[in-house]
Amino acid sequence: MNDSTHISTDEPVLRSRHPFVETAEMFFRNHSAVVALVVLVTIVIAAIVGPFFYPTDPFEMVWAPFSPPGAEGFLLGTDYLGRDMLSGLLHGGRVSIAIGLAAALMSVFIGITVGALAGFYRGWIEEVLMRITEFFQVLPTLLFSMVLVALFGASLPMITFAIGIVSWTAVARITRAEFLRIRELEYVTASRSSGATNAKLIFSVILPNALPPIIVQAALMVGSAILFEAGLSFLGLSDPNVASWGQIIGSNRPYILDASYTVTIPGVAIFVTVLAISLVGDGLNDALNPKLRQR
Amino acid sequence: MSEVILSVKDLQVRFPLTRSMFTKRKYLYAVDGVSFELNRGETLAIVGESGSGKTTTALAIARLIKAYAGQVQLGDIDLLSLHGSELRDVRNRMQFIFQDPYSSLNPRLRAEHIVREPLDSQGRLSAQDKEQRVDELFKAVGLRPEQKRLFPHQFSGGQRQRIGIARALATQPDLIICDEPVSALDVAVQAQILNLLRKLQSEFSLTYLFISHDLGVVQHMCDYVAVMYKGKIVEYADRLSLFNNPQHSYTKELLAAVPTITL
Repeated sequence: MNDSTHISTDEPVLRSRHPFVETAEMFFRNHSAVVALVVLVTIVIAAIVGPFFYPTDPFEMVWAPFSPPGAEGFLLGTDYLGRDMLSGLLHGGRVSIAIGLAAALMSVFIGITVGALAGFYRGWIEEVLMRITEFFQVLPTLLFSMVLVALFGASLPMITFAIGIVSWTAVARITRAEFLRIRELEYVTASRSSGATNAKLIFSVILPNALPPIIVQAALMVGSAILFEAGLSFLGLSDPNVASWGQIIGSNRPYILDASYTVTIPGVAIFVTVLAISLVGDGLNDALNPKLRQR
Repeated sequence: MSEVILSVKDLQVRFPLTRSMFTKRKYLYAVDGVSFELNRGETLAIVGESGSGKTTTALAIARLIKAYAGQVQLGDIDLLSLHGSELRDVRNRMQFIFQDPYSSLNPRLRAEHIVREPLDSQGRLSAQDKEQRVDELFKAVGLRPEQKRLFPHQFSGGQRQRIGIARALATQPDLIICDEPVSALDVAVQAQILNLLRKLQSEFSLTYLFISHDLGVVQHMCDYVAVMYKGKIVEYADRLSLFNNPQHSYTKELLAAVPTITL
């Protein structure tokens, strides 16, 4: 037998490491992203378990209005109706984050579906889907969401839908771009030539390889959805029976000069949360981008 | 005497050139009336310069791009008339070995999964049989069993090409199309891979359709050579007569263009 058909055996046996493990290692090397992740996890845990330990109803008038933070046993003071700010922050955080997540999830779902179909099938399917995407891109997003909420009522599902329906276009475009790139790669041709169905090509060959930029975009979208919800609430288009950070800012807006803390505290909460999400998204971007790897 | 595996008659592939609404649409005939036959256990090389249509011919035969006209028979199956699931069932009777060992392996799958994929798509074997088949294939292409769990980026170019070869062999295809399988590798590794391909051919009596622009490689590998130029086969001959007595002027030029070192 010919010796040259065999590999020399003196090379080291490599450990089999899952790409996921490598990505995680890369992420944890980025210090600002790790700090942001810690902050974010703290906020999310506070929003989830906080209301159990601090069950005061955020709509209940518990004390005199405009009691400043720290005074009278209320850590963050009370607002213009004498409602507990800390309770509002904890209960409202739950709602804000939940809306952010749900809206981002919805836009990722729509965006991936549209982008994957357009990028995979090309032709008239792509034409139609991308024209629809462009239609949603040129819509004035805030105005369109306001119209939807104003028409169909300010319930949480409706607000989530109104945010999700205007923010999926970026995901669709990214997904399409990745599909256009990856579908021409030889491993996709290899799968196709070994008899893979279109569904298998889309979901188990191309999509997993297209995910990194989509994950980054999705993370950033949670932040922008929280901001969007805050914007709608500030304009008064929020569920009046549910506290959220934006809704607290919106309802205390007239007293911004007399009791600025009522607006500042939920504002800082939004700011910190969205900043943390952005930094985590940025860290994910670096960790998932193979071009920055192993420098 | 020997059984004809692949028979191509008057194959044409064209691409639209202009997209104007008012002028008549023009086409580029990338493959223009190509015909040849290939027997079991033999190797036919298609050679030619870049853009001569050799890869397009291979892709059209494998039904990976659309042929405009002509006939392709694999055994007794008329390939160009198949659709949908019929086509998918036939696909595992011919397999591809690709040029670029870096983009031809899915970076998210382990080596064993990549080799097993054609068997999964076929869906005829039990999990145990597949496992066993993957072990055989790893051995056949000279990879060690403990490398099964690794990911593509942990292999060298030559090793990756071995994985690609193992994948192509998985379904025991009648025809293997090698699209410049060594041109992305360095010379020492090229020899290893070519020897491996020859060893596998004699072991499993494989049939190769070998696409290349490297006449040295072709001389080493093939029984017959088809020279393509601008979408047409300009010369078709067995290896010895082509290299010793080229007929067409383009073939002569091609042979003269092979770089040689004189000291």
